[in-house]
Amino acid sequence: MSQVAKELMALTGNEAAAYAMRQINPDVVAAYPITPQTELMQTFAQYVADGLVDTELVTVESEHSAMSACVGAAAAGARTMTATSSQGLALMWEVLYIASGLRLPIVMCVINRALSAPINIHGDHSDAMGARDSGWIQLFCENAQEVYDNVLQAVRIAEEVFLPVMVNYDGFIISHGVEVVETLPKEVVQAFVGERKTPYKLLDVEHPITVGALDLQDYYMEHKRAQSEAMRTAMPTILKIGEDFEKLTGRRYEAIETYRLDDAELAIVALGSTCGTAKDAIDELRDEGLKAGLLKIRVFRPFPWKYIQTALRGKKAVAVMDRAEGMSAVGGPVFHEVRSCLYDLGDRPPIVNYIYGLGGRDVSIEDIKKVFNELVPIAETGKVEDFYRYLGVRE
Amino acid sequence: MQDMLEIRWHARGGQGAKTAALLLAESLMGEGTYVQAFPEYGPERMGAPMRSYDRISSKPIRLHTSIKNPDVVIILDPSLLADPSTLDGLKEDGIILVNTVEDPKTVREKYNIKGRKIYTLNASQLAQEELKRDLASVPMLGALIKVTGLTNLEDFLAHIRKELERKFAHRPEVIEANLKLYQRAYQEVKSE
Repeated sequence: MSQVAKELMALTGNEAAAYAMRQINPDVVAAYPITPQTELMQTFAQYVADGLVDTELVTVESEHSAMSACVGAAAAGARTMTATSSQGLALMWEVLYIASGLRLPIVMCVINRALSAPINIHGDHSDAMGARDSGWIQLFCENAQEVYDNVLQAVRIAEEVFLPVMVNYDGFIISHGVEVVETLPKEVVQAFVGERKTPYKLLDVEHPITVGALDLQDYYMEHKRAQSEAMRTAMPTILKIGEDFEKLTGRRYEAIETYRLDDAELAIVALGSTCGTAKDAIDELRDEGLKAGLLKIRVFRPFPWKYIQTALRGKKAVAVMDRAEGMSAVGGPVFHEVRSCLYDLGDRPPIVNYIYGLGGRDVSIEDIKKVFNELVPIAETGKVEDFYRYLGVRE
Repeated sequence: MQDMLEIRWHARGGQGAKTAALLLAESLMGEGTYVQAFPEYGPERMGAPMRSYDRISSKPIRLHTSIKNPDVVIILDPSLLADPSTLDGLKEDGIILVNTVEDPKTVREKYNIKGRKIYTLNASQLAQEELKRDLASVPMLGALIKVTGLTNLEDFLAHIRKELERKFAHRPEVIEANLKLYQRAYQEVKSE
């Protein structure tokens, strides 16, 4: 299929998300401001005030109320979106599970930020990682372009698999940085996302239904089993929507992205904005003769274990980068899951974990090269002495 | 153009360095020109030292890290030069552009700067004259276009006019004052 007309715009990550939302024209947005999400909702609220969208914007008194309003709106059949960060996501906690348990296709931008205490407004993945078991699909974006693209795809993913979707991007680094974003015409976006179709609507009085009923020992477990089946079978739909999107834009979206990984001996696994820096670092290391490569996780929930297993098979050493401290005392959350999915490989590579970039700590090309250089002796000996490491911290 | 040009702005909170960095990126972006602009957010306080950054490249920019070895350092408040870290990492053949009443030679001697190319502009006064406000970031952007040759003045002003028309549609006098200020800065920036 031929590609459609595109427009280049200089946008922050937040503006890219807001612009995607404008083109989606959701029925309901309920939100409460929090740094670094604020600029997104401020931009979107301006679209509402200027009459550029038909959205009912519900300004609430907290994130708990924001997600509650989204649950109500989505249950009524409305295409529903919101956005938050950090403490805001934490305050939504119990309602996150209600959104996913009720199988409501809400799309939420999570502008990743550290959690207090100590108080910090900058980018890390502590907020999203805490929500990894909440039953939401989680996509991670490397740059402002991916923010725009993933928000558009998230609407279809949510509505086709009946699960809510979080679109994650790094606070300030992406949310407040201006980059060049290629956008689609509104009518193309409208055709791509289509109309929300829902089999059950709360407000359809001709066909009354119950939402959020009591569900005790007799059926709760079957409902959770069905919910987990939705997550287990979501990936083909996510990939199919990625293919449709590629036909429109030429930009490929899969569960994972690999960069110079096929013939790499040393690999790092990361998600979010650091992946871009890692690509530049890898190019430099390749010039220096080191066979380095990157595995970027785009879809973190459902966890793409099969793709990761295949991509890392036969590597001589792997480092998993965690921009969140899981406080498990044995490494970060991404590390645990990546290491776990390598367990079944006969020739599993030695693997280490780096906690990095907490609270927005800058990550340079030199930092990434240091990780690769520390993988060299591991690849040579096949031995890992200390797998739980920190990058760029004062000890 | 070399593969990538990196610019670091040094200013005090409230001087408009964040907006200027974003405006520069927007004005240069186009087919085959990739840009990135980002501020360094600390505790937000009027008057506190702050930095913002621009990257301009002929290739897509993948880096998401702060700029440690800039090609250009722009200083909106000359008192920031008293802190030697202001020039940290600036390339040997890099450009220093300062908002000051002094000329480049005096700045070089006063702060004992070796190498690099120094340019100065009395941007605060120019802004006072044209906008009746010390918005030094506006004329400094005009001077930057001159000293880097990133684009020509006409294209730059055409873009700025569009931006200003969006914001100040009901105040044409503000648009004209801004455009005149950019032009004056472009002409009046001093080299050694």
